[in-house]
Amino acid sequence: MAKFRVVHYINQFFAQVGGEEKADHRPESREGFVGPGMAFNAAFGDKAEIVGTVICGDSYFNENLETATKEVLGLISSFKPDLVIAGPAFNAGRYGMACGTVAAAVERELDIPAITGMYKENPGVDSFKKDIYIIETKNSAAGMRDAVKVMAPFALKLAAGEEIGASVEEGYIPNGIRVNFFEEKRGSERAVDMLLAKLAGKPFTTEFPMPDFDRVEPKPAIVDISKATIALVTSGGIVPKGNPDRIESSSASKYGKYDIEGVFDLTESTYETAHGGYDPVYANLDADRVLPVDILREYEKDGKIGKLHRYFYSTTGNGTAVASAKAYAAAIGKELVADGVDAVILTST
Amino acid sequence: MKLELGNIFIHDIQFDDLSRVENGVLYINEEELREHLLEDENISSVSFDIAKPGESVRIMPVKDVIEPRVKVEGRGGVFPGVISKVDTVGSGRTNVLKGAAVVTTGTIVGFQEGIIDMSGPGADYTPFSKLNNLVVICEPVEGLKQHAHEKAVRFAGLKAAAYLGRLAKDLEADEVESFETPSLIESFRQYPDLPRVAYVQMLQTQGLLHDTYVYGVDMKQSITTMLYPTELMDGAIISGNCVSACDKNTTYHHLNNPVIRDLYARHGKELNFVGMIITNENVYLADKERSSDWSAKLAEFLGVDGVIISQEGFGNPDTDLIMNCKKIEAKGIKTVIITDEYAGRDGASQSLADADISANAVVTGGNANMVVNLPPMEKVIGHVKLADTIAGGFDGSLQPDGSIVVELQAITGATNELGFNRLSAR
Repeated sequence: MAKFRVVHYINQFFAQVGGEEKADHRPESREGFVGPGMAFNAAFGDKAEIVGTVICGDSYFNENLETATKEVLGLISSFKPDLVIAGPAFNAGRYGMACGTVAAAVERELDIPAITGMYKENPGVDSFKKDIYIIETKNSAAGMRDAVKVMAPFALKLAAGEEIGASVEEGYIPNGIRVNFFEEKRGSERAVDMLLAKLAGKPFTTEFPMPDFDRVEPKPAIVDISKATIALVTSGGIVPKGNPDRIESSSASKYGKYDIEGVFDLTESTYETAHGGYDPVYANLDADRVLPVDILREYEKDGKIGKLHRYFYSTTGNGTAVASAKAYAAAIGKELVADGVDAVILTST
Repeated sequence: MKLELGNIFIHDIQFDDLSRVENGVLYINEEELREHLLEDENISSVSFDIAKPGESVRIMPVKDVIEPRVKVEGRGGVFPGVISKVDTVGSGRTNVLKGAAVVTTGTIVGFQEGIIDMSGPGADYTPFSKLNNLVVICEPVEGLKQHAHEKAVRFAGLKAAAYLGRLAKDLEADEVESFETPSLIESFRQYPDLPRVAYVQMLQTQGLLHDTYVYGVDMKQSITTMLYPTELMDGAIISGNCVSACDKNTTYHHLNNPVIRDLYARHGKELNFVGMIITNENVYLADKERSSDWSAKLAEFLGVDGVIISQEGFGNPDTDLIMNCKKIEAKGIKTVIITDEYAGRDGASQSLADADISANAVVTGGNANMVVNLPPMEKVIGHVKLADTIAGGFDGSLQPDGSIVVELQAITGATNELGFNRLSAR
């Protein structure tokens, strides 16, 4: 197999052009490897080769972000690489931003795999960890050898299109994508280890950092409910009997929209639940228990509400990813607003 | 309370004229066992099959997995309040047919229930692919309502396991393990300098196919309480629970609870394992508040420094998990929680339905939404057509060639939240 063609992006300092006084160095390219590229090239063995190095001063890059990115990309693509490595930048902030920008642009615009390496507190991490793989390094260039040991094989894996494992296996900074893998110890033993560390005040790493929650502020109350159009939306999986849209019993990939014009009561023979996460017996006997059409029809008749919206929307909340639920809610919300619905009764289970 | 487990290693199961255990082989007289199970008037037919490790066999849908055990010395019998009379178990000696299990299958509600593959990629995700399984296929009498149907199959599995367990009553064990929990005061005297640790086990209690029974009591009718850990080893807790099978505890899991085992393994060395609290996961907010208040109160009362909290299920129980964690941490007691994740098929979504900053030590059993491709098997025991509608399946899950493309959540025990497996995620 032919060797992968690799282009290496580094700053003026690692290219030995100069220090801070040369930070305005404009983009240039050189054949083969320069500076730390030697270590990468050696680590690649016969699998890949650094065919060119692109160098840019950190100040020039960050102060002329758009043009510098364009110039650097042009120089990179002229080498026709299969893979691009930027840095590693360790804890150098402007270098980190440059490496992140270059690697992300290479993936986005040239469609070539690209990685970089940074210390976890480098500001480039937060800006780019979701766009590209950033291998975690030490905070100074003294960590170059260790960085190369992780970055080089990982880059080869990426270039070869192999499956990428979990962050903890591969050494990249967690990017928000959860990846399954087999640990060495079973979960209960890891829990005991973690508890003993926590009790002893020793460092430990949680396997799942708590997410930031998206809290939704409720709207102010409806002033005159007797004039309001009310819609029913449920994550309780109520569907017409037979589940015509085949909404999944768990991890729903869709929601359904159902016409209830002229429906005054949901009965055992007409509606059921598709939801697999709760005892379905009572919902199947009388789906009004989850989606209260019967009561709202009474209220409609008595003038307690304006009217019940003609359609209800339903999905199963069971095991459904928050991102999916959010997307369904946005789509449903848009239609409800367009249809002039004033309020929604959202029922869960 | 002290219990010895006498393990008798089973490496094969065969049908034969005489039920017995001989040289590590479990022989079963099908007719005798069938008659025993058909004593239940709600069951119309019972058939059996055997599934061994490495075979090209798929079992689905799986309701429960149960390890055969028998009480040899000490009070009570296995599965107290259910199969045996109510009596406090967990002391004396219990024999175990290690390496064997009873697996129950049959249609239950239409969707829900899990998959066990005995070989191939699916086998890596379920601990039950490593066992010699007697599969019990039960069909109900015509018109039996779901709750009664669930109960009938649950009891059939336990009865079959108890029947097999009895074959081990007079056998000499290949290995004896010993577990002991003294009184609280005695344990403090023994290990005054070790951190005191308890285990808080959350039990799924959300209704049909989501229930758990303790000494025969439906746990959703109980408030949070305490047990000696060895009581579980005699079947004090049984499963009525198999929906989204990846993170539901089968009776086998309860009998072999890994948190209990791993805490005992460090007991007297690095920590003092004082005992365990069991709590429920009811669907009403008032129940959630009450049960988690009690978990925290009992943990405080035990005077522990730390607890491990294990969850069962996901979504709605995430709120119970976070309440337990938050309230116990608020008492100044350190926690580690064991959960699993529903991060979407691409792994990019938020994993839990609730969160709190105090939950800073989390062990995860992996992302249950991950899609796996289970190749066709030469033999399917059960009902393969249910692949589209079991939890974790989707329209088109069952491929024309018999393979199944399905989320990990359909595989029995795949992301177990007792920490039974090595699977995790980052």
